Amino acid sequence: MDMQAHGVDLYMTVGIPRALLYYYYYPMWATFFKELGADVVVSRETNKGLLDQGVRLAVDEACMPVKVFFGHVASLLDSADRIFVPRLVSVERRAFICPKFMGLPDMIRAAMPADGRLIDPCIDLSKNEREFHSEIMRTGSIFTRSRVAIHKAYQKSKVVLRRFKDLLVAGNMPESAISLSLAGHDGAYEGYTGEFGEVAAANQDAILSGPDDTISVGILGHPYLIYDSYASMSILSRLRDAGCRVITCDMLPDEVVEKEAQNLPRWLFWTLGRRILGAAFHFLHSRSVDGCLHITAFGCGLDSIVGELIEREAKRSGDIPLMSITLDEHTGEAGVVTRVEAFMDMLRRRKSA
Amino acid sequence: MKLTFAHMGHLYIPIGALFRHLGLEVVLPPPSSKRTLSLGCQNSPEFACLPLKVNVGNYIEAIERGADTIVMAGGIGPCRFGFYGEVEREILQGLGYEFTMFIIDPPQGKIGPLLKQLGSLVGPVKPRDVIYALRLCWEKVTGIDRLNRLAVKVRPREVTRGETTRTMTDILAEVDRAETIDATRAAVNRGLSRLAGIPQRQDGPPPPRVGLVGEIYVVLEPFVNLEVETRLGELGCEVERSIYLSDWIRRHVIGDIFRILRPDPLLSLARPYLGHFVGGHGLDTVAHTVEYARRGFDGVIQVMPFTCMPEIVAESILPRVSKELGIPVMTLVFDEHSSDVGVITRLEAFTDLIMQRRVRLGEIGECAVTSV
Ligand code: SF4
Ligand code: SF4
Repeated sequence: MDMQAHGVDLYMTVGIPRALLYYYYYPMWATFFKELGADVVVSRETNKGLLDQGVRLAVDEACMPVKVFFGHVASLLDSADRIFVPRLVSVERRAFICPKFMGLPDMIRAAMPADGRLIDPCIDLSKNEREFHSEIMRTGSIFTRSRVAIHKAYQKSKVVLRRFKDLLVAGNMPESAISLSLAGHDGAYEGYTGEFGEVAAANQDAILSGPDDTISVGILGHPYLIYDSYASMSILSRLRDAGCRVITCDMLPDEVVEKEAQNLPRWLFWTLGRRILGAAFHFLHSRSVDGCLHITAFGCGLDSIVGELIEREAKRSGDIPLMSITLDEHTGEAGVVTRVEAFMDMLRRRKSA
Repeated sequence: MKLTFAHMGHLYIPIGALFRHLGLEVVLPPPSSKRTLSLGCQNSPEFACLPLKVNVGNYIEAIERGADTIVMAGGIGPCRFGFYGEVEREILQGLGYEFTMFIIDPPQGKIGPLLKQLGSLVGPVKPRDVIYALRLCWEKVTGIDRLNRLAVKVRPREVTRGETTRTMTDILAEVDRAETIDATRAAVNRGLSRLAGIPQRQDGPPPPRVGLVGEIYVVLEPFVNLEVETRLGELGCEVERSIYLSDWIRRHVIGDIFRILRPDPLLSLARPYLGHFVGGHGLDTVAHTVEYARRGFDGVIQVMPFTCMPEIVAESILPRVSKELGIPVMTLVFDEHSSDVGVITRLEAFTDLIMQRRVRLGEIGECAVTSV
């Protein structure tokens, strides 16, 4: 499909699956493609149909988040010209996301008729940024021949990402941080002065200072699991509806997370794993929450290691209760609800004691 | 100091020899057994991959035999293996065992830190002794691989079922006992002629060729893969393993020390289906499947531990390779509940399928292909 030949008035629709690292990078990706003149569509929120479709297309052994991702990509096959399925090797030096992220576009191509439809840059910042930039240029060249335009779009997308991250640390959930960060899309962010950073800083005092009368629960888990309300059986909103303050690992500033993760004798080479573990250690050591809830994916390789390290630390440091809930496509909602309620009751009893 | 390390196939033979010749006392874990597995499972995280669980069982049983020092390889990701050592240490400490753990990190182009680490483990030794120990170790590695490569050819043709496997057990014990390079060579050569001397049937079509791919630990450890290589052989298939220890050491250890930067032939084989390294042996699995298809193999079997991340990537891609290159592929996933019966049934079904396919290809020509 060579849109380039037709000039700019023919829009190409780029589909972005609402799954996996959508929750960390969507504002950046969307800005980049929109700036290059594309229409961006996002798949709808996860529902039973999407998950079932993903389960059909993926191999049994795959973890639920990967199956959810498959479902989202399949749903975009009809509505988008191209689908953004990056090969996410690494977003920082010496660290990776997960082996499965490294093979995503290939797994998708093997499972559904997506040949030639994927935009699949290799995002690898583990070694040097040079290759990464050439990947950006390669991706941008699908839309325009102008290197300047691509460069500009990328710079803008970085600003939006910063704004989005500040919004997260300011205590927003990803979906609202996404719409806030993209608001004023027409150039407003060029003047982004970091105002959300100030809100974030103010909010940090509240987050880091520790519990008051409300029960606060530290949430540990992969963004694509904890923020996907279908996949996570709305655990977060259930907690909030029950009057709890929810602090997810993404609301902690990087420095806090990194400092805590350094308590390990060895560099933890998974970006998401370090966030989860660092946040857990912070919650456990600072006692800034009443309890921690670790939401894990059945069969997740990272969770099996990181979860074990967290559990041992929780036992050692003693007084913050930790519960872990493992989810897959067969998990019954009733059981999860009962366990979450029992956990909250326990936290309440402890608090009033 | 009484040193031990986890089992992985016949690795204990060369590695044991290496450490003994460096003047260390080695206490091997007893061969992995049901008890090993249940000790490992009881004490490991439920969702850890199988190799970690068996490692933990091995360590416990070695400590029971008096070992006090554990040597383990480290890693830098992306797969779990790089963190095995840390978790295993925590588990064993939590159980109250007293021991020291050496986690040896991959050199990544720098030999200095590696030598220092090894130095602190081994203590002062003469360079001559180090070189001899390394050569002896290498002699055993390559010898065992040569024996294995011959055994898989003899096994499907043997007249008395089981004779190859029995003979191999004997030969390997002899290779293990050999204390010098010369004695090792002699044992290997004797072994090769003993294998060649096993009565084999001469008539009939050549046995079907099956490639064995997958995660290294499961490929190399018969206890965990429920003897898949032997069973396939005894079902009449000639098995070629994608991973032999000597190849692996050449590529990963020697290649890593000297940072041999050449285009990875595996990557170019896999490229149409998988365009990137995915940790562990995921890329190797895809590449070798392509290679076996091109070499006209009759089928490929992928073996992996339950929840193995790189192999799940490969497993997702193999159906496409199978379809496009016309080679039957079957995946076997192993965990602590895997049973002999289950594996035998599936292997029998698979060999039936490839036998039928052979007949069909012979009758109706090249274009008929089947995939699993
Ligand atoms: S990190 Fe875990 S949950 Fe996420 S894709 Fe990898 S295995 Fe699945
Ligand atoms: S390659 Fe597979 S078995 Fe090995 S550590 Fe990784 S997930 Fe576990």
